[in-house]
Amino acid sequence: MPDNLNGGGISAQFRAKEPPFRVVKRAELPLEKLILFYVISVLVAVVIGGLFIALNGVNPFLYFKEVFSGCFRSGVAFRGLVRIIVPLLMVSLGVILAFKMRYWNIGAEGQLIMGAVFATWASRAFPGLPTPIMLIVMAVAGIIGGGIWGLITAFFKCRFNTNETLFTLMLNYVAFYIVDYLRNGPWQADPGFPGIGRLAANSRLPQIFRLDISWIVAIVLVFFIYIYLKYTKQGYEIAVVGDSISTARYAGMNVNRIMQRTMFLSAGICGLAGMLKVSGVVSNYTLDTGIASGVGFTAISVAWLAKLNPFGVFVVSFLFGVLEKGCSVAESTFHLSAAITQILQGLILFTILGSDFFIRYKLQLTRGGRKLNEHNN
Amino acid sequence: MNTIINFLFAAVKNGAPLLLGTTGEIITEKSGSLNLGVEGIMALGAFAGYYAGYKTGSLIMAILAAFLVGALAGLIFAFLTVTLQANQNVTGLTLTIFGSGVALFFGEILIKQRPKLSAALNALLSGTEIPLLSKIPVIGRILFSQNILVYLAIIIAVLAGIYLKYTRLGLKVRAVGENPAAADASGIKVALTRYVNAMLGGGICGIGGAYLALINGRGDWDNNSVSGQGWISVALVIFARWSPFGALLGSLVFGAFYVFQIRVNDIVATFPFLGFLSKIPNAFYSMLPFVITALVLVISSVQKKKVGVQPSSCGINYYREDR
Repeated sequence: MPDNLNGGGISAQFRAKEPPFRVVKRAELPLEKLILFYVISVLVAVVIGGLFIALNGVNPFLYFKEVFSGCFRSGVAFRGLVRIIVPLLMVSLGVILAFKMRYWNIGAEGQLIMGAVFATWASRAFPGLPTPIMLIVMAVAGIIGGGIWGLITAFFKCRFNTNETLFTLMLNYVAFYIVDYLRNGPWQADPGFPGIGRLAANSRLPQIFRLDISWIVAIVLVFFIYIYLKYTKQGYEIAVVGDSISTARYAGMNVNRIMQRTMFLSAGICGLAGMLKVSGVVSNYTLDTGIASGVGFTAISVAWLAKLNPFGVFVVSFLFGVLEKGCSVAESTFHLSAAITQILQGLILFTILGSDFFIRYKLQLTRGGRKLNEHNN
Repeated sequence: MNTIINFLFAAVKNGAPLLLGTTGEIITEKSGSLNLGVEGIMALGAFAGYYAGYKTGSLIMAILAAFLVGALAGLIFAFLTVTLQANQNVTGLTLTIFGSGVALFFGEILIKQRPKLSAALNALLSGTEIPLLSKIPVIGRILFSQNILVYLAIIIAVLAGIYLKYTRLGLKVRAVGENPAAADASGIKVALTRYVNAMLGGGICGIGGAYLALINGRGDWDNNSVSGQGWISVALVIFARWSPFGALLGSLVFGAFYVFQIRVNDIVATFPFLGFLSKIPNAFYSMLPFVITALVLVISSVQKKKVGVQPSSCGINYYREDR
């Protein structure tokens, strides 16, 4: 409709108030563009981080060089890197399952701890078992321990719609203090000193390439989760529930069962990560309050950065692992606190969280904005 | 008697930083933002507050610095979740990672200088008796002989309670938290409301962090002064049923749990019949706040309560064109 028909004056007045940009939903971006967006975001974060490092009187190029060589310069360094990556990767894979269903499991920390507690219990309860059987028993115990810790929240979510974000969060601390109790009480190794003794030799993971086999489990799990989500009926059910619970109900799915089963599995994987940690070199074969040390929280960010894609999770946990290992090496070289790890991880997350907006939406010049543009030209 | 008074005095003193963190988070959540970054914001506030107090010797500057840094963190949160529509859970957790990292980074530089707060500031922080009121038996000692930041915390909580419950502005905040689409339709600026309250809430959490650094450190800087109290504050929001008035009581209870495990032997010495209490391991007392919070969460969901539960739109972004 021509403007002048119903009073050009009013229309022009409205247009003057019109913002220069309009936000429009985008069609899905092709993968290579998506990756380009992410690479740019990470670069922006690295540049900001680099400036920060430079402000502290350290050459950022030398710093980042040290971060990388700190991870790859020797077998020892690389093995240190792998030990950081494996638990992070596994827990991230675990939370993917819940997140796909839009179930906000932020209790991975507690689920990992409970997995480690149950595994330690199994190791203490059946001392005489030969190593392979013992490890299987411990793994099952770990999965059950973590799984139950997650299942509790899903049970109440299904029955009473209890908020899972807050419930899973609370259970983290309950798990933490259970370990605190055990190391000061029934499982205390030396009187007067808080601590649980190292696991017996039959409860320790065998080694390949001087690394315990947990990394093999983690890599197998990447493929397992990928196939599970993409090609199985249960994976499909998770996707439908995540999309819309009502749709799932109309389609005749038993939403409660799917939710509880998926949450058990998600938490069980976190529990398995706890079992592998407690029976590995990384924890010195001991259960202690630091067994999870924030991995459960970092994993949530990792899963989100990776768009809940198992292979993406592999890439992101690798990157985060490099930052963590590398920055701790660079700390001794440049006397720059390893807290830079968290700053860099935070910056990367911020830029990618921000860039997500530009992946989903695009800014379009409005008529007012276009005029403004012409005027400026 | 003295044992009880000293115990309650310590409970109030240790509950005050939780009260600040909780009040801040309640304001944020009431406007519909679930900011899980309280732990990081409090760490930032702790550093900023301590550093400003250390450099200027002024308590007002310390509080102001902590508030501003906290508000800045709230601004980052609001920009990412309101304007850029990022997921709130992930943004909040990122804020925790980032904030703790920044605070630790600068804290490690600061600790090498072996900082000490000035004697004047330390004296100011050690306690202020309110004239007349502090002479009231029992209550006077417990409530009116505290340090100045305790009073500030209580005042902020009461003001926040009035703001949310009894003012027009607060009504708008609650409308945005419960149903942003309806609020938008009635002409309330949803985005602005969420920005302002995320920043206000963040600022108050920041002061909570400053409390931990200034009071608990007794003049020295401690890199681990926050260590989990931000998360306890998030828990306390549930226990307080999203009301700053509830937070007054809740922070006293949580503060009492904390003090109890340290003083259990004193208490048992005074009241021998409570001897069984000292046999309970400390871990259980530490765990109790979280167990109770989880129970509150479950019970209120079982009862299907409509009051004292999380605002319906808390944690969910509002995008106008999705209506």
